[in-house]
Amino acid sequence: MDRFVFLTFDGLSRGAVYAAFALALVLIWRAARIVNFAQGAMAVATAYVGYSVADATGSYWLGFVVAIVAGLLLGAAVERVVMRFVDHSSPLNGVVVALGLVLIIQGVLGMIYGNEFRPAAAPFSRDAYELGGVALLSRYDLFVFGAVGAVVVLLTLLFTRTPTGLRMRAAAFAPDVSRLLGVPVGGMLTLGWALAAAVGSLAGLLVIPTELGLHPTAMDIVFISAFTAAVLGGLDSPIGAVLGGLVVGLLLSYISGYLGATVAPMAVLALLVVVLLSRPDGLFARSKARAA
Amino acid sequence: MTAVQDRAGTRAAARTRPRRVHPLIVVVVGAVIVVVLTYTLPPFRTYQLATVGAYLCVTAGLTVLTGLNGQLSLGHGALMATGAYTLALWQNRFNLLAVGILLAVLVTTAAGAVIGLAAARLRGPYLAGLTLAVAVVVPSITSTFDETFNSDQGLSVMLNPPPGSVTNEQWQAWLCWGGALLTVLVLALLTRGRFGRDMRAVRDDETAARLAGVSVARTQVWAFVVSAACAGLAGALFAVIAQSVSPGAFPLTLSLFLLMAIVIGGLGRLSGALIGAVLLVALPALAHEIGEAAGSQRLEGNLALTFFGVVLVVVMLAAPGGLASLRLPVKRRTPTR
Repeated sequence: MDRFVFLTFDGLSRGAVYAAFALALVLIWRAARIVNFAQGAMAVATAYVGYSVADATGSYWLGFVVAIVAGLLLGAAVERVVMRFVDHSSPLNGVVVALGLVLIIQGVLGMIYGNEFRPAAAPFSRDAYELGGVALLSRYDLFVFGAVGAVVVLLTLLFTRTPTGLRMRAAAFAPDVSRLLGVPVGGMLTLGWALAAAVGSLAGLLVIPTELGLHPTAMDIVFISAFTAAVLGGLDSPIGAVLGGLVVGLLLSYISGYLGATVAPMAVLALLVVVLLSRPDGLFARSKARAA
Repeated sequence: MTAVQDRAGTRAAARTRPRRVHPLIVVVVGAVIVVVLTYTLPPFRTYQLATVGAYLCVTAGLTVLTGLNGQLSLGHGALMATGAYTLALWQNRFNLLAVGILLAVLVTTAAGAVIGLAAARLRGPYLAGLTLAVAVVVPSITSTFDETFNSDQGLSVMLNPPPGSVTNEQWQAWLCWGGALLTVLVLALLTRGRFGRDMRAVRDDETAARLAGVSVARTQVWAFVVSAACAGLAGALFAVIAQSVSPGAFPLTLSLFLLMAIVIGGLGRLSGALIGAVLLVALPALAHEIGEAAGSQRLEGNLALTFFGVVLVVVMLAAPGGLASLRLPVKRRTPTR
C-alpha cells in the first residue's frame, strides 16, 4: 500500500510534465493543424542553453529563465523561418519537415555539446517527504506541480480573458474572417508557436533532471508519452491534454514501479495503440479530429 | 468523344515519356554492373557497395509505402531490427544463412502485418506518432528480454566464411545486391499492375477509390506488409554485413534517415530509392572525411545528422514531391507546361 501511494504521487508528478508537454502539442495543433514532432528536440535545445547559462553564472534560476525565453524565440523562429512555408496540401509534409528539424537540432547539439549524457541538476531536493513512514512527495515534485499549474492557469487566462487570446482563437478557427476583421493571423500563429515552444521548454527543464540527464535524444520517450497523452485527451482539447498527461504519468509510474522501468516504453506503445484504435477522437474532442 | 480524347491524350503522353524498360532487363543489367564492380573496386568500396544494396532493399519498400500509398512510417528502423535479430538468433543456433534470411523476412512480415492493421485505420500525424513509438521502443524490448536479446550489447552473428576464393566483401556485395535486385524486381512488377493502381488511387483520394471498388484498408495493409518484408530483408542483410546486431544499430535516427532517403530520391519512384540508398552511404562517408580533416570526432556523425536534416527540410519546402519532381535539366527534352 505504501508503495502504491508513493507511486501514485510520483506518477502525478511525472504526469504533470507530460501534461505540460501535451499542452504544447495541443496549442500548435489548434493553431496550425500540425503535430510538432520537433517539440522534444526543441525542448532539449533550450534546456542545453539554460544549463550552459546556469553553469556559466552559477545561478539555476537565471538559466531557467533564459531557457524559457530561448523557447519563445526558437518557437517563433521555427514558425517564421520554416513552418510558414510548408505546403499543407498533405498532412505528411508538416510531419516530415518537423522530423527534419529533429535531425538538425540533434546534430547541432551533438556538435556543440557532444553525444554523452551530461548531469543536469535539479533546483530542489528530490528526497520525498514522509508522512507516517510513507514516502509521499519531494520538494521537487511540489515545484513541478506549482510550475505546471501556473502555466495552465496563465494559458487559460490568456485565452479566455485577454484580447490577444481572443485574436489567437479567432485566427486559429476562422483565419479568413479574422483577417478581414483586422486580426494579424500570421502574427498570432507565430505567437502560438512561441508560447507552445516555451511551455515545451518548461516541461523539458522539469523532466530532464528526473531522467538520465541532458542528451540530444533525451526527450524522445517523453515526446511519445506526451503525444499519447495528447491523443488520449484529443488533440483539440487543452483540458484533455492535462488529464491525459496525468493518466499517462500514473500508468507509467505503476508499470515501472511494479514491472520494471524498461517495460514503460512498451506500455506507452501499447496504450497509444489501444487509444488510437478504440477512441480515435480522444476522450475530450468535440469535433472530428481524425480527418487530418 | 471523351474516350477518344483520352486515348489521344495517353498516346501523346506516351510519345513524350521515355519508353518504359521492362524491370527484368534493368535487374539483369544491374546484376552485371554489380559483379563487374566487385571485381574492380578495392575491398572498402565493395563493402560500401554492399551497404548500398542493403539500404536499397528497405528504401525501395518504403518508397512504395510512402510514395505510392501515402502512408508515412517511422517504424521501418524497428522492422529492420526485427529482421536482424531474427537472423542473429537463427544463425547462432543453426547457421544456415539462406533459411535464416527467409525466416527474418517472414517474421518481419508478420510484425509488419500487425502494425499495418493498426496503420490502415490511421492518418497523417497519428500514423507518424504510432510508428515513431514503434521505432523508439526497440532498446526497451531488448533490455526487457535481455536473456534473448542481450540488452545494449546485442548479439554477434555466426557466419560461415564465403565459398571458394571469393573475398568477404565480394560475398557481402553479391548477397546484398541479390536481395536488392530481387526486391526491386518484385516491387516493380507488383506496382505496375493492379496493386500499384489501387495504391495510387487510395493515396490520391480515398473516397473515390472506395467508390471505384478498391478496398482501402486491404490495400493499405498489403502495402505495409510488402514494405515490412523489404525492411526485414534489409535488416537481415545488415546483420550479415556487420556480423552483429544491437539496438544502437537501429536508433530512431535510422528511421529518419530512411525517410530522408526516399524524400530526397523522389517519392514513389524506385530509381529514387536507389538515389536515396547511395546518399545514405555516401553522405556519412563524406562527413567522416570532413570530420577527420577537421580533427574533430564530435563533428563526424553529427555533421551527417545535421546535413540530412537540412536536406529534408529544404527539399520539403522547395519541392514536396522530392527531387524527382524537379526534372534534371539534361532530361528535360520537352517543355513541362
